[in-house]
Amino acid sequence: MRQPFIEVTDLRYTYHPHTPQAVVALDGLSLSIGRGEYVGIVGGNGSGKSTLAKHFNALLLPASGRVIVGGQDTRDRSATLAIRRRVGMVFQNPDNQLVATVVDEDVAFGPENLGLPSPLIRERVDRALATVGMTAYRRHAPHLLSGGQKQRVAIAGVLAMHPECLILDEATTMLDPEGRAEVLATVRTLHRDEGMTIVAISHTLEDLADAERIVALDAGRIVLDGPTGQVFDQLSRSPLARIHAPPMARLAHWLRQDGVPLPPGLFTVEALVSALAALAGRDGASHA
Amino acid sequence: MDLVKYAPVGQYLPRNSPLHRLDPRTKILATMALAVVLFLLRAMAGLGLFAVASLALLVLGQIPLGYALRGLRPVIFLLLLTVVLNAFFGSGGSEARTLFVLGPLVATEEGLRTGLFVGARLLLLVTITSLLTFTTSSVELADGLEWLLRPLRRVGLPGHEIAMMMTIALRFIPTLLEETERIMKAQTARGAEFGQGNIVRRAQALVPVLVPLLLSAIRRSEELALAMEARCYSSSAPRTRMKELRWGLGDAVAGVLVVAASALLVSVR
Repeated sequence: MRQPFIEVTDLRYTYHPHTPQAVVALDGLSLSIGRGEYVGIVGGNGSGKSTLAKHFNALLLPASGRVIVGGQDTRDRSATLAIRRRVGMVFQNPDNQLVATVVDEDVAFGPENLGLPSPLIRERVDRALATVGMTAYRRHAPHLLSGGQKQRVAIAGVLAMHPECLILDEATTMLDPEGRAEVLATVRTLHRDEGMTIVAISHTLEDLADAERIVALDAGRIVLDGPTGQVFDQLSRSPLARIHAPPMARLAHWLRQDGVPLPPGLFTVEALVSALAALAGRDGASHA
Repeated sequence: MDLVKYAPVGQYLPRNSPLHRLDPRTKILATMALAVVLFLLRAMAGLGLFAVASLALLVLGQIPLGYALRGLRPVIFLLLLTVVLNAFFGSGGSEARTLFVLGPLVATEEGLRTGLFVGARLLLLVTITSLLTFTTSSVELADGLEWLLRPLRRVGLPGHEIAMMMTIALRFIPTLLEETERIMKAQTARGAEFGQGNIVRRAQALVPVLVPLLLSAIRRSEELALAMEARCYSSSAPRTRMKELRWGLGDAVAGVLVVAASALLVSVR
């Protein structure tokens, strides 16, 4: 078990409390996310996944229960800025999170807020833009970039604060397939090469295929939590709370039902193809 | 129709020209000085000189002339209105020479001359202020403005907040223009007609555009506020700058040139 980075204990949160419009978003939820882990959080509309994410960087504070991030309680006001520096967040709409009219000035926004000296900011901006592969666009206007490029700039803006954890709150939802692939590849690199903790929130399971672990939410509670392949296999046997397994996991499930002896945990095209190829090779050998 | 390309109002044009490299404070002060000079001028000759100087600055700032001209489009209506109103109602007195009569309205030569003069002045004012935003990014502009507003903090003027609001306003001009275009297309698809009928009908047709635009702007502002908070923004905490404000040799040269040019122009009037 990895050392925990985010620890959520019996978290409850209600929007508009004590009014007729009160909505319970999180209903006694406990969760532990390890340092360096890549966790996907999935759930339908109103499942509480975005509300949960906003607790990880103290944008929301628990009504009851506790959220500990890197040893600091989010309710401790004096730790708020430190927590937000350690846990960076990328939002759904790229247009609504870019502040400046030039790419590098936008990336500098976070480090400027941290009060870092000017040469250090420039160095961090250069590195962050290189990490997401946007160095060539440093003097461009953000509104002229594609959705995937804007979202990579937003990631760079977070990276320039040197966070330990990156939260993607539906960060791929508004993108076209190409932009989605760009962003997912960038995140994959950050996790693999920099060992960054990643929490990706989505209602599309395909976008969470890189995660090591999937947590499924419904009505403010955890309904499933396990290794990605295992969760996808389970969902393809019986969809839960309107969450359906990705197409490849379902195809693998149907093939197994038809008697094809496939191993468990197949949910990408590549994995399924190589598993089928392996089977074909073995059959070919036995027929010969 | 492409509104974003149609009206590049206040849009920064990244270049590496001597004007771009100047300290934003120099550029803001120079623009203010030149605007004052513009209103002191009384003769067409003065305006002519001013226009030549503005052109030279555009070239120095590596701003394509076509781009600068497109920035003037939104003020064309105001310009025509100025010229026409002045032609009919402008000063002329009793000895004004009549150009032509249109019903009860009389256009005078003096009025037309005043109109053209005021119109040209307006055009030049827009040109030099656009020159500022073409060559200065919103963040630089905000930093400069914040510095210049600093003395007013004592009387309770929140300089930083004003500067931040301006940065964000400039940042969202193209985004909201894009959105306007999208809403107009959506309403057209549902049978709305823009630019048809009399002026009341046209104004009414804009209501179904403005309401969704306003709602979406409010939603955007909420999301932006959240994103800024997530990036450790707080208006009270001390911030630093990637590009620190620094007066250089270029600023001294620019300052001297602006003062000399202003003196020359004012003496010519």
